[in-house]
Amino acid sequence: MKKALKFLTLIITLILFSCGGSDKKDEPSYGKKEPEKKEVKEPASKRVDLNNKGIGPITSVDLGLVVDKNMAAHGKEVYDKMCTACHKAEKKFIGPSPKGILERRTPEWVMNMILNPEEMVKEDQLAKDLLIEFNGSPMANQNLTKEEARAVLEYFRTL
Amino acid sequence: MAKIGKYILGIATLIFMTNCGNNNDSNSGAMSSSKAEKVYVAPGEHDEYYAFFSGGYSGNITVAGLPSGRMLKEIPVFSQFPTSGYGYSEETKPMLNTSFGFVPWGDAHHPDISQTNGELDGRWIFINENNTPRIARISLTTFETEEIIELPNSAGNHASSFVTENTEYIVAGTRFAVPNPQRDMPINEMKGQFKGPLSFVSIADNGRMNLEFQLNMPGFNYDLAHPGRNKSHGWFFFTSYNTEEANTLMEVNASQNDKDYIAAVNWQKIVEYVKNGGGEKAPGTYAHNVYDEKTHTATSTMKEGVTMVDPREVEGAVFYIPIPKSPHGCDVDPSGEYIIGSGKLSTDLSVYSFEKIQTAIKNKDFVDDSYGIPVLSYENTIAGVVAQPGLGPLHTEFDGKGNAYTTFFISSEVVKWKLGTWEVLDRQPTFYSVGHLMIPGGNSRKPFGKYMVAMNKITKDRYLPTGPELEHSAQLYDISGDKMELLSDFPTHGEPHYAAGIRADIIKDKSKKYYELSENEHPYAAKSESEAKVTRNGNEVHISMTMIRSHFSPDNIEGVKVGDKVYLHMTNLEQDFDVPHGFSIIGANTSEILVMPGQTKTIIWEPKREGVWPFYCTDFCSALHQEMQGYIRVSAANSNTPLKFTLDE
Repeated sequence: MKKALKFLTLIITLILFSCGGSDKKDEPSYGKKEPEKKEVKEPASKRVDLNNKGIGPITSVDLGLVVDKNMAAHGKEVYDKMCTACHKAEKKFIGPSPKGILERRTPEWVMNMILNPEEMVKEDQLAKDLLIEFNGSPMANQNLTKEEARAVLEYFRTL
Repeated sequence: MAKIGKYILGIATLIFMTNCGNNNDSNSGAMSSSKAEKVYVAPGEHDEYYAFFSGGYSGNITVAGLPSGRMLKEIPVFSQFPTSGYGYSEETKPMLNTSFGFVPWGDAHHPDISQTNGELDGRWIFINENNTPRIARISLTTFETEEIIELPNSAGNHASSFVTENTEYIVAGTRFAVPNPQRDMPINEMKGQFKGPLSFVSIADNGRMNLEFQLNMPGFNYDLAHPGRNKSHGWFFFTSYNTEEANTLMEVNASQNDKDYIAAVNWQKIVEYVKNGGGEKAPGTYAHNVYDEKTHTATSTMKEGVTMVDPREVEGAVFYIPIPKSPHGCDVDPSGEYIIGSGKLSTDLSVYSFEKIQTAIKNKDFVDDSYGIPVLSYENTIAGVVAQPGLGPLHTEFDGKGNAYTTFFISSEVVKWKLGTWEVLDRQPTFYSVGHLMIPGGNSRKPFGKYMVAMNKITKDRYLPTGPELEHSAQLYDISGDKMELLSDFPTHGEPHYAAGIRADIIKDKSKKYYELSENEHPYAAKSESEAKVTRNGNEVHISMTMIRSHFSPDNIEGVKVGDKVYLHMTNLEQDFDVPHGFSIIGANTSEILVMPGQTKTIIWEPKREGVWPFYCTDFCSALHQEMQGYIRVSAANSNTPLKFTLDE
């Protein structure tokens, strides 16, 4: 009988453990503090990351050796119409200046930020930090085509 | 011992199997037939049908999803709508213009969706206005009212706005017989003098409406109508009451005759007649208002004159069919063979046969004439009678499976009966006093036949009380089985006289998400911040201002003076779904405006006092919405403050 009871206890314990929370990940136990990070982060807009391609439809961009002037001119047109409400070349405005952007970001990241801003500010750490740095002002999705975004990128090379 | 162990193990296994995660069996067992489950649309899921309810005295249309009954939108049509600025903005004020001037309100009755080959095609929905006779066309891509046409010489446009099966024509009626043309005359001399013109409005491929002709019918009250479909395509049927031509105490005096008439109109014949120069030019002033999606602006044109057709002049085109006791509903089944007339003071339903009507016409089987219009014999046109199904029959819809569903106002029920055998199959109570009913597509060759909505006139205790005034109740029934099953109650806005329903997948993917900025042709649009400007012309000041999350440009304006008329032309620069911006300014004697992405809208502000007056975005747009604001400095009328507009300077 004792054996049976033990067996029963074991099974009930098993049942108790078996329900719910199967997806739970190990959480750090209480009292075990992570060492505090004291390094002062550079603002996201100044950070240089030439590896991160961001998240979105663009996985690779071939930049020509020289700027494609026609494409850049088209890009300026698009930029002036769709982007200047928030971005200005000469100053930090609602969002960061695109001047020198390719010294800090990959071309893919720039295009993904234009084409897929909603996902970028949720999933891409750099874009998330930028959203905070710029007071939570969202990068508007202006529904540019890939070609238009590529042209805007070409225009950025001339700034 | 081992036995007990095994036993326990068995039980434990059972518990194990049954107590965890009942995730995968929610569609099995008794629950699957529960009413709650049938109307439940899970969070994030879409309804299966759109339902467009007329708002009655709200003048608008409300859009709901079925089966949930959730209200999705109110579309302003005949009434000013401060929520969006419809009828208040400079661009939309012309939509409400009429030959009587600006009319801020309307009484919307019967919505009907455009058709191709007798099936709902989801391009537009039409709706009539009863009080100042008009018909409106609403786009089902933008869900905006695009066009309103007024009907001259008519009064009480109730028998409307029903569409023929290729959206060739839409009709309007006259429920209050009036002198035609209008003139000063003693009311009690109406008999034989008043008329009941029926208007035929053509629909072009791009949706534009044109008043082609009016049929100058005897002065009875034309109440409801439906086009023939399928085999009866080319005909229109109208019920009429007050064939007594009474002009006072109508509830008694218009209920004297045993029979009134259904008017059967071969509209194709009349179209041909008019094309060949038939009819006479008659006076009639009416407004025709058209909204342009590119300029985001409506224009109102006042038109003069209409082709008036004397029904006696067109051989074989117009006939009367006797129908018992003040008929109301006039409905045509999907095959086009049966025309159901509901004599609202009769206890029987009269069903007429299109073929018998044709034979009677061919044989000149006339029993009488009324003002020169031949009257067909009741006996030789009737297909059958649904005997004593209930009290106060009003309207009938169809499920496409050979069954008809008729509402009974007095006995407060919906009765299902079989076409051809006329037997009553089922009856279900409504709560309370049902008027119209709607089966999605029930007004076409191919009804969807899954749900039926009863629109009730009286609510009483169905919901929490909200003072003396209650929203009208609607009830959703599952009609997929032999018996109707009441699933749910939901409130509707205004008084939904009628509704039109359509399977959601026919229109939802075509729904517009935003307007292309590059296609915006509004003369005062500022399509980028560099185009924003302020100009003065005498005491008129035009401000072309942009909106984007989350600032205006310009947001500081000086040089406006007391007594100026300031036009605030607002352009929303966003190019994304569901990012409208709103605009309002203190002291404006008008509503706010809600500006869709890519759109330009204008309100007028006439500052009356000097000062610095703020304006702001009324639609929460981003985390920085509260910061979306600006100032206009207003100086004295005789001041020299220079005109100046800036952002971030």
